[in-house]
Amino acid sequence: MIRENLSGKRIAVTGSTGFLGTALVERFLRTVPDCDLVLIVRPGRRGAQNRVNRDILKNDAFDRLRNEYATDPVSAGGLDDETFDEMCERRIFAIEGDVGQDGLGLDDNGLTLMATVDIAVHSAATVSFDSALDDAVQVNLLGPGRVAAVLRAAAAARTEPTSGGLGPGEPAYLVAVSTCYVAGSRRGNAPEQMVQDSPFFVEVDWRAEVDNAFQARKDTEQASRTPERLRELEAEATQILGAAGTPLIAERVENLRQKWVGDRMTQSGRARASSLGFPDAYAFTKALGERSLCETRAGVPIAIVRPSIIESALAEPVPGWIRGFRMAEPVIAAYARGLLKEFPGVPEGVVDVIPVDLVVATILATAARGPHVDPDTGDHQPDIIQIASGAANPFKYGQLVDLVRAYFTEHPVYDEKNQPISVPEWSFPGRGRVNRQLSRAQFALNASERILDALPLRGKQAEVGAGLEQRKELLERASGYVELYGAYTECEAIYQLERMYSLWNSLSEADQRDFNMDPCSIDWKVYAHDIQLPSTVKQARLKMSPSRGPSVDRNERLRKNVLSPDRHLAVFDLENTLIASNVVASYSWLATRRLDTPDRVRFTLKTIREAPTLWSLDRADRSDFLRYFYRRFEDAPIEQLQADSAEMLSDLLMTKSFPAAIRRVREHRALGHRTLLITGALDLVVEPLRPLFDDIVAAEMSTSNGTYDGQLTAVPPTGEARYSTLADYATEHGLDLRESVAYADSSSDLPMLEAVGFPVAVNAETKLAAIARRRGWLIEHWSTSAGAPNRVIPIGPRTLRGPLRKQRAG
Amino acid sequence: MATDPRRQAPRPGFVLNVDRQTPPILFHHGDNFRLEKLPADRSRVIYPAEPLPGLPDPEGSIRDALLNPIDDDPLPSLLKPGMKLTIAFDDLSLPLPSMRKPDIRQRIIEQVLDMAAAAGVDDVHLIAALALHRRMTEDELRHALGDRVYDAFAPQGALYNHDAEDPDGMVELGLTRHDEQVTMNKRAAESDLVVYVNLNIVSMDGGWKSTATGLSGYSGIRHHHNVATMRESKSFMDRHSSELHHSNWRQGEVIKNHGPRIFQIETTINNNTFGYDGPLSVLQKREWEWTARDRATFMGMKKGLDVMPSGARRQIFNSWKAPYELTSVQAGNVESVHEVTLEHCFKQHLVPVDGQTDILTFGLPYICPYNVNSVMNPILVMCLGLGYFFNMYRGKPLVREGGVLIMSHPTPWEFHPVHHPSYIDFFEQLLAETTDPIELERKYEKQFAEDEWYIHLYRTSYAYHGVHPFYMWYWGAHALQWLGRVIIVGGHPRSVRRLGFQPASTMQDALEMASDVVGSSPSITHLHNPPILMADVT
Repeated sequence: MIRENLSGKRIAVTGSTGFLGTALVERFLRTVPDCDLVLIVRPGRRGAQNRVNRDILKNDAFDRLRNEYATDPVSAGGLDDETFDEMCERRIFAIEGDVGQDGLGLDDNGLTLMATVDIAVHSAATVSFDSALDDAVQVNLLGPGRVAAVLRAAAAARTEPTSGGLGPGEPAYLVAVSTCYVAGSRRGNAPEQMVQDSPFFVEVDWRAEVDNAFQARKDTEQASRTPERLRELEAEATQILGAAGTPLIAERVENLRQKWVGDRMTQSGRARASSLGFPDAYAFTKALGERSLCETRAGVPIAIVRPSIIESALAEPVPGWIRGFRMAEPVIAAYARGLLKEFPGVPEGVVDVIPVDLVVATILATAARGPHVDPDTGDHQPDIIQIASGAANPFKYGQLVDLVRAYFTEHPVYDEKNQPISVPEWSFPGRGRVNRQLSRAQFALNASERILDALPLRGKQAEVGAGLEQRKELLERASGYVELYGAYTECEAIYQLERMYSLWNSLSEADQRDFNMDPCSIDWKVYAHDIQLPSTVKQARLKMSPSRGPSVDRNERLRKNVLSPDRHLAVFDLENTLIASNVVASYSWLATRRLDTPDRVRFTLKTIREAPTLWSLDRADRSDFLRYFYRRFEDAPIEQLQADSAEMLSDLLMTKSFPAAIRRVREHRALGHRTLLITGALDLVVEPLRPLFDDIVAAEMSTSNGTYDGQLTAVPPTGEARYSTLADYATEHGLDLRESVAYADSSSDLPMLEAVGFPVAVNAETKLAAIARRRGWLIEHWSTSAGAPNRVIPIGPRTLRGPLRKQRAG
Repeated sequence: MATDPRRQAPRPGFVLNVDRQTPPILFHHGDNFRLEKLPADRSRVIYPAEPLPGLPDPEGSIRDALLNPIDDDPLPSLLKPGMKLTIAFDDLSLPLPSMRKPDIRQRIIEQVLDMAAAAGVDDVHLIAALALHRRMTEDELRHALGDRVYDAFAPQGALYNHDAEDPDGMVELGLTRHDEQVTMNKRAAESDLVVYVNLNIVSMDGGWKSTATGLSGYSGIRHHHNVATMRESKSFMDRHSSELHHSNWRQGEVIKNHGPRIFQIETTINNNTFGYDGPLSVLQKREWEWTARDRATFMGMKKGLDVMPSGARRQIFNSWKAPYELTSVQAGNVESVHEVTLEHCFKQHLVPVDGQTDILTFGLPYICPYNVNSVMNPILVMCLGLGYFFNMYRGKPLVREGGVLIMSHPTPWEFHPVHHPSYIDFFEQLLAETTDPIELERKYEKQFAEDEWYIHLYRTSYAYHGVHPFYMWYWGAHALQWLGRVIIVGGHPRSVRRLGFQPASTMQDALEMASDVVGSSPSITHLHNPPILMADVT
């Protein structure tokens, strides 16, 4: 019945780039060889056709059909010698459209093509459980009505009958995909009825909800721009990036603001949904979407298919097929990694999942059967069909947990040290307890992070901080899952399947064989162990065998990239990248070199007293710090400083150098890369390092009468100035920054690190370590030579050739 | 203390056969010590001779040597007004450890300068003949020459370190009959007279090696500082059986014919490294003669060292200045002077030993010629053990061919970043690839020798030349070829393995490990060095 009824029809599909949509397109193409498809896809940069080719047909769902065409196109349902691509070209029409816009944003051509459509399947939805309220409203609430409106308009514009026989003015049949959860959070039976017919439905005016959602967006946008909010966001950006310079901070503030607005809108959605008895904004907007569709359909024959939670395929196109990382996968992956130690839920609760191929078959059968006609009036009545497993073949939460646990006990995931992770036993706590546990852990982590952040840590110790950061992120994600999905595990509604089964029973034996939609056919153990979990493992790229440590491999690979002959510029920071020292140390060394002992003591005490001020100044803005600090060189005799600086090469620079760093510079040179040192240190200090580099850009002081005047001639190359120095240098020498390597230690170097193709974080401070880890940059830990003289205070060895400055200590 | 019988009638070196009564034997162990019980009845310990008496009037002896040189005219007769005089002197690598003030170099140079002043010579330069070693610091120069000399010459730039990489500072003197280049410091080469002041702590030092190597550069030195030469120097402590010295002597001939006139001054010192009394004196006593007080001092010292951080230990040892005494001084013709010097050296160092051994053991002290005021890095451990100590023989090596060397040193993975930058790269990069001296020489020597950055650091900082770690490795090439296995007791396992040797945590383990090379009941000989001794093996 299904194949016959659909054959020769032209079928429009929205949401075809999604999980369900892709499966629909595949099933139509494969099982109904002589139907056409009109795919309404959101306009991308490359146009609709391109999106269809790239985002839909490239998916592994089509591997099966592709292979069938490769072996025998005719028995696969195609023409003689037709390839898969030719078949697609013949049968698929792509048009640009967006269910988020009125009239779907179709142009005239689009509408003309829609006029030739016999059946439309509307599967586009914002399924993300944490989408913003207004986005969900646009797509889920208003989307179905918009599709119906387009079908009406298309029918009115129709001049010739469609291939399926619809005459002018006869609207196409719309099968809209909704969700079982429109029934709301409730216990007991949820029959296949209109939402408003449910005794638990709280009557609201969907139009008012739409207006309020859009108003909420406006209000939130405004709230995000108040001075107080912006100040908070700026503080947060600085907290993350440190002294990265104004442009980067500004960019981050704007990102944070947008994120804040997004989060608020998500919260608004969840709050509104929950106030009306829905688990989340998705179910809530879908429910009102059904209502608005029924109210506004005006003659368009409709059927609504409500699946529960759609999961990987039971058999079609291949067992385990899934697109994207869906609801259960991240939770299961988090559990397998030992991250999620508790998840709320009751063991007797039903986890209502339904394999995607059963949903697709239900939609095809619904489409094939045609609109439900009222026998009395002859009107098209909205038809509602639920496809879920809970009523017919319930999968208990306790059973799921046991199966998952058994699976990962037998096939453990390995941690980065190659140890198998043993999965925890869940005690089925209430949602509140889990939340409390998670937030306690989060609080502790936040506190330790704040402390770590305030400490001047680098390298391996800073990695602890970065590790904490990662840990925190994972925790945040875990508590996100609990918040998102917890409501679902507690939802104990049983979705009735009467109409589904009457549809199923009306099918011929052949149809029942080819279009399985019977939830009773699922063996949950087989489904979990042989289909769902292996597919999750693959999707989540879980490490299932004790391979060589990936972190080691990764660093080696990154290092190889960095030291490839294809690179052509390597730029280095000085402080804590090449040497474990800073401008204060070199100044102290130079300044004390010609002081007598009492003056040295006074100088040291003064510097120690000043240290906190200097340090916080440095953290706030490096250029200001350098300008402030270099004033101390006022009146210093040039010749004497130059002589002393030559001596400082040995006593400070080489003593505090990282031999591995110097070796790296030399390796770059040996490979023919240009090497460049960009530093906020004074040129006279780094002059002895000149033979190591092709070029050096350092801070320069202006001079008068043989002495320095303590003023810099230009902005010191730090922060964004360092980036522009690098960019200018690259342009001048015809070098491509994408083929360049940059080494730096601090988040103030972020503009430079982000500009190059191969950034390397050396002995990174906490913030940079976290950023580098997240972005997969090469991280090097270089240390001073074991055996280097250990001097706590950088004091120049005394020379008898007169004081640096005649007047006083410094 | 002048009445101390040991000072007047020192006992010669001595070979002890270990029996059950023999107490545990002292092993130097870097900046610490170990006491090891050696297997009875098949072990022997070679002790150095006790310090020979010092010359009672060093100033007088020096003056006498300068006025009555061997095969040469008295120094004053060589000094003329208007002449160019260069005084070259041995660098920081001698003596070991540094000696108490006044250093012998200071004593000699002060007298030479007095004579030059008396003769009206005013163009005098003093050059630290350091070849490819690191430059000496102001403090080190002051220690070796005294403040008076330093303050008189350094400020006007007449006292400085030799710079073998100064493009304008070196000259070619010609080729030897073996086509070896001879290069020399330009100022020295253009002088009317070069007075070279030697401190001959071992028999390797002095002779033509002083000028042909000390004032030369890479292009001259590479002709004898290479694997082939070092493998033919058996040993390099025995001048007449040493290819190293033959090559230097050939270069000396070129200097004689085409270079400046050389007035050689050589000096020898006694074995009084650790003093007759004081905390370290126990180190130059024989264990079974330790008094209760010696034992207490030693145990106390060891306990202290055990708990001290390595930096502090290093500082303590580096501050030790040896109370060496001058035992001879001779001046004049290079070759004639050196023969006399060798006699004096051997008189203090040589100990007759009967036959070779299966296993040679020794403890490496905290210092070698290349880590004065610095860090004894793993490459220097190799060089001191397989280079210097192994070659402390005349006749044939103490250990039989294919035998095992067990030495004791912590061998930490530590380097002085200023003094040994090229060592770090040699160790981290090259030794990770190969420990074969031939391959290292062939593939990497030139690259390291001509590396701009190393040259920059050698010239302007205080770094050994880029090629120097190769020489350290070549110094051990003869031993590497000769030995069946090298084991380091108490060595940092990773660095020991990087050197190509085997780490053992105890002497027992080391002997066990040696047994698959030399069998279960090998003969063992312990070289109780320092103070210095040289085995005369028959």
